Amino acid sequence: MNHSVWAYIAVMAGVTWLIRTLPLTLLRRPIRSRLIRSFLTYVPYVTLAVMTFPDILHATDSVWAGLLALISGIALAWTGGSLLAVAATASAVALIAGWFF
Amino acid sequence: MRTQNSKAFQLGIRHGIPIMLGYLAVSFALGISARNAGLNALQAGVASLTNMASAGEYAGFQVIRERSGLAEAALMTLIANARYLLMSCALSQKLAEDLRAPHRLLLGMTVTDEMFALSVAQPGKLNPWYPYGMFTVSATGWTLGTVLGVIVGNALPQRLVSALSVSLFGMFLAAIVPKAKTDRTVLVLIAVSMALSGLASVLPGIGGWSSGMRVILLTVLIAGTAAVIRPVREENADEP
Repeated sequence: MNHSVWAYIAVMAGVTWLIRTLPLTLLRRPIRSRLIRSFLTYVPYVTLAVMTFPDILHATDSVWAGLLALISGIALAWTGGSLLAVAATASAVALIAGWFF
Repeated sequence: MRTQNSKAFQLGIRHGIPIMLGYLAVSFALGISARNAGLNALQAGVASLTNMASAGEYAGFQVIRERSGLAEAALMTLIANARYLLMSCALSQKLAEDLRAPHRLLLGMTVTDEMFALSVAQPGKLNPWYPYGMFTVSATGWTLGTVLGVIVGNALPQRLVSALSVSLFGMFLAAIVPKAKTDRTVLVLIAVSMALSGLASVLPGIGGWSSGMRVILLTVLIAGTAAVIRPVREENADEP
């Protein structure tokens, strides 16, 4: 499994481009199946949630710092914080909490 | 026609500037995770320019970090970027019937959440030079930000770098949490996803899988189940 980093990058770029280009070239019509549209609508929420947790707990040396960053990020995003504010807060909380735990 | 194209291109450049500024921050955080996965500045820059996708690139970098194989990289990229399929299908309705293939092949590169939103909001059929203008500016910011993330990440102390890497998770949260306030299905979806993801990471068997395979399995399982029991309403085909 020791492929070079460039091989991975090529695969990523190729797949991403195909996903975006196929509907513009070959499909050329809206997706009618309600099931497929629902699935594609829900996928980003699930993927981002799954990629965030539990990985955020192991992003720094302290699980507690990661947990506090997660909670403060969710709270700020819930109360209408902007993308940058949420990102900066999560980072700052992780850094500061890292000094204590 | 030519002046029309150049006008559309210039408008795209103007509209691309605020997008670029937002992209700088996100791609900087992405550069940190690229660096943590062992990519150098050139590799990270090329990955960003050719992907233009935060979740997709992060997913790919995780696979590279764990060296989990090219097939897994392809699957992870497919899952993390699946939403672009919806956007491109919608965008295809905005194109003139006789728009030639080279334009269609190039336009695919411009389908990001932000550029897609502005492209479909244009009146009438889409002049491809408008997204080209946006892409020129925002792809520059996206690529530069990633390269900077790698360079700065290499220079800063590890403690600071790991705290900075948390900012990408903050951006992911900012992308999904606001919708959960108004949509109970999404709220439940996020809670269940995090709970099952946490559980799967410690369970014997699946806990030993690569994180990429867990993300793929959980996404197909959870989003598939939700699509069956809570399909989106007909008029409500919007993307996050």
